[in-house]
Amino acid sequence: MTETISIFIGVVVLLGSLLSLVTTIGLIRLPDVYCRSHAASKSATLGVLFILIAALLHFWFEDGYFSARLVLGIIFVFVTAPVAGHLITRAAYYTDVPLWENSVQDDLKTKEKPETVREMKNS
Amino acid sequence: MLEFESAFDALLAISLFIISVSTLGLVYRVIKGPSVPDRVMALDSIGINLIAITAITSIILRTDAFLEVILLIGVIAFVGTVAFSKFLQKGEIIEYDRDN
Repeated sequence: MTETISIFIGVVVLLGSLLSLVTTIGLIRLPDVYCRSHAASKSATLGVLFILIAALLHFWFEDGYFSARLVLGIIFVFVTAPVAGHLITRAAYYTDVPLWENSVQDDLKTKEKPETVREMKNS
Repeated sequence: MLEFESAFDALLAISLFIISVSTLGLVYRVIKGPSVPDRVMALDSIGINLIAITAITSIILRTDAFLEVILLIGVIAFVGTVAFSKFLQKGEIIEYDRDN
């Protein structure tokens, strides 16, 4: 493996870990759960995608084999991380987690929430 | 002072340290988090960080033995998050009645 490619892969891994650090700063500093879901689902996904792509390139250029398991992992993370973020934010809204007090708009306020467990099942 | 064989290994070690610090910050949110969805979200991010840690470790050790672990951690973290959010919203995870 040439020196240039290895430095390139190291820099991509470093970029991914810095994005992961951005996730942590967002989760600690942002005011409520709906703001935090942005940090948790966007930058965490992009960071782990950078690191997995760097691992794929490393095994491709050093050992000369294209790892199908890493491709499967990349596709799986790319598909499921936004779905998990959406589901947990939806559960937070339905269980009445309060918005930040400086929030100016709540588009779902006019839509009535399901009250009983049975209505929740049908929604 | 730490010694590395090349700049590549130094970059990988620095990245591993940054991700470890980031995971510790997420543990703070899991412990403190004012609501349950905060905690679940931070646990999901910890799972994603574990995937990254496994990938960097397999690059450092120059082995491809850990690549199944990446898939397994991804699947388990996703299923855990979905089960938690469904339990929070509906109060049960597996529904037995068949009329809806």
